[in-house]
Amino acid sequence: MSYKEKIAARAAREIRPGEVLNLGIGIPTLVLRYLPEDSGVLVLSENGIAGMGPRCVRGDEDRNLIDAGGSYVTVRRGASFFDSVLSFSLVRGGRLDVTVLGALEVSRTGDLANWIIPGKFAPGIGGGMELAGKARRVLIATTHTARDGRPKILEECTLPLTAKGCVDTIVTELAVIDVTPQGLALRELAEETTLEEVKSKTDAPLLLPQGEVPRF
Amino acid sequence: MRSKVASVEEAVGRIRDGAAVMVGGFGVPGTPFTLVDALLEQGARDLTLVKNEANEDGMGVSKLVEAGRVRKIVTSHLGLNATVIGMMNRGEIEVELHPQGILAEKIRAGGAGLLGVVTDVGMDTILRESRRVVSVNGRDAIFEPALRADFALIHAAKGDGLGNLVYEKSARNFNPAMATAADTVIAEVESLVEIGELDPDGIHTPGPFVDHVVVLEKLSREYGILEHHVL
Repeated sequence: MSYKEKIAARAAREIRPGEVLNLGIGIPTLVLRYLPEDSGVLVLSENGIAGMGPRCVRGDEDRNLIDAGGSYVTVRRGASFFDSVLSFSLVRGGRLDVTVLGALEVSRTGDLANWIIPGKFAPGIGGGMELAGKARRVLIATTHTARDGRPKILEECTLPLTAKGCVDTIVTELAVIDVTPQGLALRELAEETTLEEVKSKTDAPLLLPQGEVPRF
Repeated sequence: MRSKVASVEEAVGRIRDGAAVMVGGFGVPGTPFTLVDALLEQGARDLTLVKNEANEDGMGVSKLVEAGRVRKIVTSHLGLNATVIGMMNRGEIEVELHPQGILAEKIRAGGAGLLGVVTDVGMDTILRESRRVVSVNGRDAIFEPALRADFALIHAAKGDGLGNLVYEKSARNFNPAMATAADTVIAEVESLVEIGELDPDGIHTPGPFVDHVVVLEKLSREYGILEHHVL
């Protein structure tokens, strides 16, 4: 299993049966593969689908049926289609239980930055601000550090925010970390890492659980 | 009863230099490629476009932008279009960005005869610096003015001579809201059906919102499957 798959598989275990779920692009999209068939989770695609299924097998594509990233997808039994106004009414109106998003930076207090690196990367906003700010729970599925090795989990974000104080849980290839009123709480460590490695790659203090840290 | 069916040249011919034009679609589904191509053909320039994204390089509204015909685009995300991002970074086109659902609400408000939308989305971000902040019940929020355009270009799966429209699957997206928010609404339809054939309960955009219906003789390649998005 690649590190991306590992992150997605662990993040999938945070989704509760029957929840309404939205997935951001990149690693979050992979979460769909690890949801049990019988979980009853309803996947919302912000371009107007409730009840989205996995990507199409080659040859079965429908030109009118894509996800928000442009991939051809399937729908589950009981799916519904609607317009962009209604789609974001679901999001902002409190009907979206959980969203899984990628991150450039996450702060100790759960601030999220994932839409712009001024001067370098500025593709737009998309649904990110509304999903991060309004979903009932926000999970971050991301590599623990950026490509250049710099920590993504910081005391304070340095990049422009997507939303403030929105993140509930961060899942990386190394750890599962909850954002709590007391600060960042380490919940689990990956099998192949050490507490020292995670601490050295995290630029914010971590609260440790009592006793042995559970592994995933 | 006078039919709203028009030729593509008739319908798009009225778009003048400097016009504001809303274009439906989210990616390929729902993008009115034929109307956009006709707009490219007829030559209007200095346009302001309103569209969720700019399609992908070399497709749909991207062709208008690449041809230098667009002064400004009001949009949500350009992530699948490196050409337009490059033009934005070089200052060759003005880009006004909004959160996707707020863009939809600005259009909805314009279509509903409202003056704007008040929201807390973006309050804790750099968007606040360029927005008007108002107070509602003691809470600060962003006031977003409603958005209307001179023309809306819409794509529907089915329509009739009264302008009643039905969209298909994820091709609905911004089309219904835009169909309410322009002075002249032009809808291209994949099939024209007899008046009375559409189930009144199943009509997505009621006829009174639509001015012209353009019937697509055949769908060009742009409406088809994009190989690079296939698994």
